[in-house]
Amino acid sequence: MGEPRELSDREPLHGYQLRVVQEVLLALLVQSGAHAYELRARLALALGPLADTLNEGQVYVTLGRLETSGLISSQRVERVDRRDRRVYELTEAGRERVLAWFEDVSWPKPAPAEFHLKLVAAAATGLADPVEIVDRQRHQLLSGLREAQRAALAEPAGAVAGLLLEGVVLRLQADLRWLEACARFWSTAEGRP
Amino acid sequence: MRAPVAMRTPMVSARGLSKEYGSGAARVRAVRGLDLDVEAGETVAIIGPSGCGKSTLLYLLGGLERPTAGSLRLVDQPLEQLPEAGLARLRRHALGFVFQAFHLVDELTATENVELPLLLAGASPHRAHKRAADLLRSVGLADRAGHLPSALSGGQRQRVAIARALVNEPAVVLADEPTGNLDSEATTEVLRLFEQLRADGQTLVLVTHDERIAATADRLLTMRDGVLVDETRLSGGSGRSLGAITGLEE
Repeated sequence: MGEPRELSDREPLHGYQLRVVQEVLLALLVQSGAHAYELRARLALALGPLADTLNEGQVYVTLGRLETSGLISSQRVERVDRRDRRVYELTEAGRERVLAWFEDVSWPKPAPAEFHLKLVAAAATGLADPVEIVDRQRHQLLSGLREAQRAALAEPAGAVAGLLLEGVVLRLQADLRWLEACARFWSTAEGRP
Repeated sequence: MRAPVAMRTPMVSARGLSKEYGSGAARVRAVRGLDLDVEAGETVAIIGPSGCGKSTLLYLLGGLERPTAGSLRLVDQPLEQLPEAGLARLRRHALGFVFQAFHLVDELTATENVELPLLLAGASPHRAHKRAADLLRSVGLADRAGHLPSALSGGQRQRVAIARALVNEPAVVLADEPTGNLDSEATTEVLRLFEQLRADGQTLVLVTHDERIAATADRLLTMRDGVLVDETRLSGGSGRSLGAITGLEE
């Protein structure tokens, strides 16, 4: 094992999610340049009620990183009665990155492996009851399902954000079914495996 | 009007409720000594795999079957001392049922199906008709009121069945897999109605293996092998958990 890595404050986020935010911002700049506030408004339209979960600072931090990497460029635009603002444009490298993103088939890291190993470890060490771990996780996911479902039902018919919420609901439903299988296995198994 | 109920008197109260079928080696213990209280205005979902005994439990709670052992009070009335006729009367006046297979009368229109329980309970045809029309409007089927069930989609049939279950202003609605025969879109229609019932303070017990309809309830009980093994109160949760699930935040 190597040295424990320190979390640098240049990387407030990491992995899949950061990459997505990067690519999404790039994609939003394909048709025309925009300032940060416009980008956030475009994101909010696609995300609906989930827009609140995007950290406001995240967009600004990511734009800074994209500019450093040469994927976007920016220009200060003067305004008469208000503060100047920065307008971002996609570079050729940025455009290529967007095209590669559309080709990419990678999928967010699924939870099952880690959770499965947690249950196996709990049973093996006797430090925790796997069935209780499953039940706690179910409560968590069920609350999430309720929340996602309410948000989905509140979306007007045909709203694009409703489609995202449907994805959330279906995914939680699949996870809950798997947790039920976990509960059955670990509640009938003394000291398995 | 709904009968006034003393504060904190459960609408449903079961103690040691058991149901067995068969005998000897063929004996099946479908429900095994189960305790359950459902408060007025509460929505409770009982979730579990098929064969866990949840439908049997619902039939016991609705007085459609008699328990082998244990006691049950419905709307503060002990059921074990109630003769068959009294039980039927209680079902007609205090309970509403929603079934997986809808159980509509094929020869009757949507309106006539919804009116039926009220007419059986002795309401005037005029009043029954008006109430049925109001309910069909509230489930979004005003324009289908004159249709036979065969001319309705699965989701529409279940909405008619829900309107019928509500027509006698039941103290408790009991639903058995209400979305079991429905596709995803029709399920959404029914989910919407159940959310509305919950918001309106309708006391409701539903059994299901569909997590989506279960998640509309205030309280969720998990049933395995004839007993309740887990209980959770569902909070609305915070907006943050949605972000984590969608991959928008850590």
